[in-house]
Amino acid sequence: MTEVKNLEELFQAKIDAEQKIEPKDWMPDAYRKNLVRQISQHAHSEVVGMLPEGNWISRAPSLKRKAILLAKVQDEAGHGLYLYSAVETMGTSREQTIDDLLSGKAKYSSIFNYPTLTWADIGAVGWLVDGAAIMNQVMLCRTSYGPYARAMVRICKEESFHQRQGYEIMAVLAKGSPEQKEMAQDALNRWWWPSLMMFGPTDANSPHSAQSMKWKIKRQSNDELRQTFIDRTVQQAEVIGLSIPDPDLKWNEETKQYDWGAIDWTEFNNVVAGNGPCNKERLAARNKAHDEGAWVRDAAVAYAAKKAKRKAA
Amino acid sequence: MSQALFTYTLRLADDILILSQRLGEWCGHGPVLEEDIALTNRALDHLGEARNLLTYAGQVEGKGRSEDDLAYLRMERQYTNAKLVEQPNGDYAHTMVRSFLFDAYHLPLMQALTKSNDAQLAAIAGKSVKEATYHLRASSEWIIRFGDGTEESHQRAQAALDNLWTYTGELFESDAVLEEMTKAGIAPDIATIKEAWSKTVDQVLSEATLKRPADAFMMTGGRKGLHSEHMGFILAEMQHVTRAYPGVEW
Repeated sequence: MTEVKNLEELFQAKIDAEQKIEPKDWMPDAYRKNLVRQISQHAHSEVVGMLPEGNWISRAPSLKRKAILLAKVQDEAGHGLYLYSAVETMGTSREQTIDDLLSGKAKYSSIFNYPTLTWADIGAVGWLVDGAAIMNQVMLCRTSYGPYARAMVRICKEESFHQRQGYEIMAVLAKGSPEQKEMAQDALNRWWWPSLMMFGPTDANSPHSAQSMKWKIKRQSNDELRQTFIDRTVQQAEVIGLSIPDPDLKWNEETKQYDWGAIDWTEFNNVVAGNGPCNKERLAARNKAHDEGAWVRDAAVAYAAKKAKRKAA
Repeated sequence: MSQALFTYTLRLADDILILSQRLGEWCGHGPVLEEDIALTNRALDHLGEARNLLTYAGQVEGKGRSEDDLAYLRMERQYTNAKLVEQPNGDYAHTMVRSFLFDAYHLPLMQALTKSNDAQLAAIAGKSVKEATYHLRASSEWIIRFGDGTEESHQRAQAALDNLWTYTGELFESDAVLEEMTKAGIAPDIATIKEAWSKTVDQVLSEATLKRPADAFMMTGGRKGLHSEHMGFILAEMQHVTRAYPGVEW
């Protein structure tokens, strides 16, 4: 018992001294569990996130946009791969992690349970959803677990590129025909509040946050990150002449930040509970791909085994 | 001459644009994450080559049509891709066999085109050879894995091969346009491409323990804009946003 306590003290001292925790280092079970949950959720979000965007590849309105979108969705798949590998460094296999997604046991970011209804949604997703994700991910580049932090550095570079591309789609639409501008505004209206929800519950309602901060898995609270995102994004919307769908939004000269309206947490809880517009479709699509791909994976394994046997003979 | 060059360039472009469109449908639905990435990469490579060719076709035509005009504002009857590439994805065996049959043709074609008398086509082909080499290697490896993998994968690959074989003849058809291009030293002699294709197919199928289907009836028509019924749906999906808002920037 004393031994574990000492180990825990050493572990915390290491974190306090800003040293990274590496896979072979001792770590408390709760730290490991917490990270496996967080990184795998993050990996699943990348992979499920391919679906709403992939939805528009066949219909992108120009070949250049189609190429950019293909490359973007491909990047998300790559992020999924790094992150599943980061989970594996903590001793959980990729198969297990993916099984938990497919069975509905593991969560992924609820934002991907919203549908992409028009081309402008591809702009809004890049600008707002990737924009919100970056807030979190920039912080995670300095997270205490080494493999996660390193994966994040690569991911952040690509995500900030995606965010600029999404914003550019919106900017072109906003200065286009009246129909295009209307399409852009409608997409902003639909994606704004769900994007704010991506930062998670308010600090007062976020039970795991204190421990995550102590372990330096997180370094900024949900509310801080959300506020930074709002302050930055409101200005970006102004530049391209779109309006944020929040009647209570107002610059506060005293705090030097925006005051804003209330998030509909009932909607948030509903989507998390599985009742979002596309929860069933997303999980069904992942399961279908997995089931229909089983014979392909089996063939690859069988062939590799045959080849190894022939080589040994 | 410029009419034939326009038609020839457009055929090259249409093949890979439509194949790219089909491959893009897999994005997010691949059998394993690595394959999802590989398939998207393939779609992206094809799209890049298609864009170069369409842009060039527009220049050759000289009517001011851009890559997007040619991709989004032509109807089924004006598309000149081979019917092979518009066939539905089906299972992963169908997708990979379709790509393999195409890649085995595309690589020698691109290699030969690097020596084309048309400098622009030669430059575009030069850029594509590296990608096409990788595509053929990757699809060949899958055909071998399927053929020599499990009983199920063997059967699926053989079924795909038997279904798609009838679309391979069209890749090597000749007509007045191709003859003119070959005579001008712009296009390679299609018979040499067929020879290279046939050799690759035999090698890979033999290693895969798959049976090369007999050359029975071969489908035709794609180069004249006579497509399968799939084509209308491919274009409807691809073009609908662009057509719904004519003349705007995206």
